[in-house]
Amino acid sequence: MFTAFLIKYAEIGVKGKNRYLFEDALIHQIKFALKKCEGKFLISKTQGRIFVEAEGEFDYEEAVAHLQRVFGISGICPMIYVEDEGFEKLCDTVVGYIGDVYPGCRKTFKVNARRARKNYPKDSMEINADLGEAILNAYPEMTVDVHQPDIMLTVEIREKIYIYSEIIPGPGGMPVGTGGKAMLLLSGGIDSPVAGYMIAKRGVKIDAVYFHAPPYTSERAKQKVVDLARIVSRYTGPIYLHVINFTDIQLYIHEKCPHEELTIIMRRYMMRIAEHIARETECLGLITGESIGQVASQTMNSLIATNEVCELPVYRPLIGFDKEEIVAVAKKIDTFETSILPFEDCCTIFVAKHPVTKPNVNIIRRHEHNLDEKIDELVKTALETDELIIVE
Amino acid sequence: MEVYLDNSATTRVFPEVAELMKKIMCEDYGNPSSLHMKGVQAENHLRYAKETMARLLKVKEKEIFFTSGGTESDNMALIGCAFANSRKGKHIITTQIEHPAILRTCEYLESLGYCVTYLPVNSYGQISTDDLCRAMTPDTILVSIMHTNNEIGALQPIAEAGALIKRMNPDTLFHVDAVQGFGKARIYPHKMGIDLLSVSGHKIHGPKGIGLLYIGEKVKIQPLLHGGGQQMNLRSGTDNVPGAAGMARAAELLYQHYDEDLERLCQCKKYFMDGVRKLEDVKINGLLPGKSDGEGTAPHIVSVSFGGVRSEVLLHALEEEGIYVSAGSACSAHKPQPSATLKAIGVERRMLESTIRFSFSVYTTIEEIDYTLQVLYDKIPILRRYARR
Repeated sequence: MFTAFLIKYAEIGVKGKNRYLFEDALIHQIKFALKKCEGKFLISKTQGRIFVEAEGEFDYEEAVAHLQRVFGISGICPMIYVEDEGFEKLCDTVVGYIGDVYPGCRKTFKVNARRARKNYPKDSMEINADLGEAILNAYPEMTVDVHQPDIMLTVEIREKIYIYSEIIPGPGGMPVGTGGKAMLLLSGGIDSPVAGYMIAKRGVKIDAVYFHAPPYTSERAKQKVVDLARIVSRYTGPIYLHVINFTDIQLYIHEKCPHEELTIIMRRYMMRIAEHIARETECLGLITGESIGQVASQTMNSLIATNEVCELPVYRPLIGFDKEEIVAVAKKIDTFETSILPFEDCCTIFVAKHPVTKPNVNIIRRHEHNLDEKIDELVKTALETDELIIVE
Repeated sequence: MEVYLDNSATTRVFPEVAELMKKIMCEDYGNPSSLHMKGVQAENHLRYAKETMARLLKVKEKEIFFTSGGTESDNMALIGCAFANSRKGKHIITTQIEHPAILRTCEYLESLGYCVTYLPVNSYGQISTDDLCRAMTPDTILVSIMHTNNEIGALQPIAEAGALIKRMNPDTLFHVDAVQGFGKARIYPHKMGIDLLSVSGHKIHGPKGIGLLYIGEKVKIQPLLHGGGQQMNLRSGTDNVPGAAGMARAAELLYQHYDEDLERLCQCKKYFMDGVRKLEDVKINGLLPGKSDGEGTAPHIVSVSFGGVRSEVLLHALEEEGIYVSAGSACSAHKPQPSATLKAIGVERRMLESTIRFSFSVYTTIEEIDYTLQVLYDKIPILRRYARR
């Protein structure tokens, strides 16, 4: 029965003269999200509001689900819209609306008319009173409550007339693309997709890098990462996923460096490579799914060691999260089921029984010199053989 | 070079089979249940498929039932017989190294109050008929034993078991899962005391989604699928005509050059095993004592444990060179589930996660095996160098 949506946005509203930039970005994201839905939609911006009107048949549930993934939307109001065919016709429509949306209910209500088109024959107060009367006549069991109504029925008179009363929460945040771009270090685990989601929510466009280690990690492990990127891209829009073959670097570290430092040194090279790609693709930072103390390589000492190799800021949105909190978000955004598929990723192979938890940066640097002979060449090759997958 | 050595997982369809199936799907696409000409054409294909399979198994046509594959055949045999004969008893005997299609079905029957005995196997993967004899009770309604083990290629003493069962209790039914064995060994249910036999299409260069269950005419069994009453009311559902015809044609082709093909498979297996033995710290699983040439085991399966190499890694390393094999045990870092078969035959712990299954077909050539051996000689030492410390 609903034929349109009013899109409410929270934070953009407080922006100053550049507000239109945020609005345009939001419209762009809404268009992108609805492209995959059944039906045709007309999206328009008037006087600080965004309207989405369905042209003909569409799948209501599907459209709402897609809109709920667009960052920047704080609420989605499903509406019906009608041409102005006189006030009596409007009364019929409003009465019909109440009957359809709240069948057989005995609730309190308030009519909230907004007359954007000032040449409409009645003013807002008159509209409120007359529509209220029409509703009371049609549904004697309902009562008016102007302070805390169960149903706040808004009637907006514009070129067309819009009627709505429900509000479905959106994801909040800012439209993707308004906050620059960052490079996500994406593994097959639970944390990194969540980290990407959280930064994207602040309006940041996401690219990603995955470290592949054939034959130690399988084609299916890589497919799993592509699948995760695809789920995250429902929120972020297309993701450019860089797949880096890390095997030779990993084996070389394994051969030349102390085993308990393998993971730390490996992660330092991952950061270096990620930063290199980030700079080439105009990313303004790196994103990781680290959380303090979760594993040996995520203690504060270890974070010093992995942090010092890059100059770009490293965003770690999960840094203060417990695993359970991360899992809750992963379940909400639907990456959890995929994340727990049992394929090895390049961090779990060769892992030492007792990796260092408090690495000394000076010692790590010294041991990295063991790699001097070949490592630059290996990193160069890895960067040259970067496989780019566009995920959407 | 692409070398497909995973023929126990599935096989490449014979081109003749694909052609026949295409013709049936595009031209003779009728429903055998229809009364018109198109239906009759389709029915002819189906009848020919039934005749062919009956002829190759030396059974009656009315004893052949087409199913969706090995799993359905196994389920139908076990559940159908258990339900139909529960008044006589609720005891079933099988082995520890059956395919999950049998083991999980047995667990299901246990949940319904049936009692299942799982016979152990020796280090060559074989049951002993003495154990079987001891396990038999007056309540035993069904014995199910696989012909050829899918992981190590062990062969079971089917004819002896059949004779023993019939001698001890003529009412006890004998089911044989011959999904891996059919086409690699001559199996004749009537002569071997077999009452039910499962066969799958895609393991014999036929299509996926088709299998058959031989059901001896005196066997009491209930259907799993109810509906339009096809196949004498025992297996409802529109007949899979292209599938049945494809499987029958594949079987026919296999039996045409049966002896030469078998001889060649055995040679391939022996040649491969000799080559593998040149590597250090390897073990070929399931060979009979004194039969290092593989005599008495399936001609197409070789299970090898490579000490110090994780099977999944070796599998992917071979894959990089175009060689496709299976890991002998489905293990992963997060969910360790070592193979029940390998454990049952007493493979050492350290070898459990280091086992690879190579399985051959009529398409396998000596050049392919030479290539595979060379890749193994190159890769194994490198992989061992980088093992987890």
